[in-house]
Amino acid sequence: MNAPDSSSTPLEVHDLTVAYHKKPVLYGIDLQVPEGSLIGIIGPNGAGKSTFIKAVMGLLPVSSGWVKIFGKSYRENCHRVGYMPQRESVDWDFPVSVMDVVLMGRYGRLRLAQRPTKQDREIARNCLEKVKMLPFANRQIGNLSGGQQQRVFLARALAQESDLYLMDEPFVGVDAATEAAIIALLRELKSRGKTLLVVHHDLASAKEYFDKLILLNMRLVAFGDTDEVFTPEILQTTYGGRLTILSEVAQTLSTTP
Amino acid sequence: MQQLIPPFDWHRIFVQPWTTDFSITIWVVLMGFFVTAACGLVGNYLLLRRMALIGDAISHSILPGLVLAFMIFKHNSTWVMFLGAFSAGLLTVAIIEFIHRQSRIKPDAAICIAFTVLFALGVALMSSLESQGTIHIDAECVLYGEIAFIPLEPPTVWNGMEIGPPSAVRMGIVLVVVALAIAVFYKELLVTAFDGGLAKSLGMRTSVWHYALMGALAIVVVSAFEAVGAILAVAMLIVPPMFAAQLSSILPVRLGLTVLHAGLSAVLGLHLSVWLNCSGAGAMVVAAAFLFVLAWLGTMAGSIRNRSLAVDRCSRDENLPQVRSL
Repeated sequence: MNAPDSSSTPLEVHDLTVAYHKKPVLYGIDLQVPEGSLIGIIGPNGAGKSTFIKAVMGLLPVSSGWVKIFGKSYRENCHRVGYMPQRESVDWDFPVSVMDVVLMGRYGRLRLAQRPTKQDREIARNCLEKVKMLPFANRQIGNLSGGQQQRVFLARALAQESDLYLMDEPFVGVDAATEAAIIALLRELKSRGKTLLVVHHDLASAKEYFDKLILLNMRLVAFGDTDEVFTPEILQTTYGGRLTILSEVAQTLSTTP
Repeated sequence: MQQLIPPFDWHRIFVQPWTTDFSITIWVVLMGFFVTAACGLVGNYLLLRRMALIGDAISHSILPGLVLAFMIFKHNSTWVMFLGAFSAGLLTVAIIEFIHRQSRIKPDAAICIAFTVLFALGVALMSSLESQGTIHIDAECVLYGEIAFIPLEPPTVWNGMEIGPPSAVRMGIVLVVVALAIAVFYKELLVTAFDGGLAKSLGMRTSVWHYALMGALAIVVVSAFEAVGAILAVAMLIVPPMFAAQLSSILPVRLGLTVLHAGLSAVLGLHLSVWLNCSGAGAMVVAAAFLFVLAWLGTMAGSIRNRSLAVDRCSRDENLPQVRSL
């Protein structure tokens, strides 16, 4: 058994390095995520944001370092982690219904060859209700709009009933109403003591949405409370000399008090 | 023309096979059904994983597998041959993955490299063995099969009861096992095909499921090739699921339609081969493809009709699922 303080830390990463074809894309990441916070992961394209959450879950081979989930290895505690992949990562012509997809969120709790139970269906239905997709439960997933697909994936993550959520760009391709609905749900999860790590690409809304930010650009640039790390200096370090983004940031900083 | 296409004789084509020739017909049709259904069920998952070419690769690796098994074990009993072909199939998959992972070669190119080289190895080894006079493997039989020979095999006897030709009995067992495995592991096969990332994050061993599917594919193709040959087995993997995909977007319904399509292709193919006096397996694939084209034209006509109905609808609305499930 680990010490109690370590088992209440949802995510602890030490010296995490990931390489594709021997080229490092992420190196030396060290961080400790406290319980019950809503954390944004931001950084330029190719900074390794998705790579980071995939490496945490062991979806990618890790060159060095280790990851602990609530004080144990990912494999031992995978049932406490919920994952929402990028929408484009699956084939939306797949012959399944919305309900089938949400039920997949329950699979981690089922034994080999065990079918989802009545209770699992009830939970899946509740999760669909929360994202306002229950009327679509029996619909083929190929008929959904981008925002609806994103809501289905969110419902599936909710159905996992986890303590730590890793979400990859949940706001991509959604309209303003869906974006507001999603952020409200994420805040509700946080208020129930869940921890959420959300890959996000829009700097303008990052400051408003998240309590803490992880700024990545192949290495960890900064991690801390949004007020402390969302500064022009740190953003410049993260995004390098990319002028367009920097002017966007300048605008963001001048418009938000 | 009279020479090329035999006259259409209703009695000879449709009645005789089921009366005087019943004992032969039934095994040809059953074998055709077993092969097409088993291949088609596995094929559904290949199609969903966008791995249709893998079936091609495994079926071509049968030839070197058979030759190598004979060279190593020095006899040609069914089990030795089966083991040789089966391991060659899995080895092909492993080689493809190795090439793909260790280099920047794309999967389709990796598949083509692996199976053509292995097939060439099979051809070279076989001709070398033949020139030494050690063995004669009928390459035509490996490639095309001969379903008409199945009823001539000495029947399998079990508890003093004659069951049927051994290849047909084996294929029937393979079909039952494949169908049961899909029913039992439906959930695992579904999530690993739809979202491998999620499956892995849930703690599932996705590579184990990948190899289980490849193993099932190798078993199905190897048991099928005697009847339909290595090349036509590829058609049986892809055509039935394509037929089912035209008619439904619900996976369990697709699996059912695949089996229905297998039965129809076997019966239609038999009558076609009686009429034209041609290879049974070839006729069955032609019949299977004919059914696919029919289903395809049907959905095209349906979608044109529905599009004209849906002209006024500007958003993706409540009525769309019905449109699609046609």
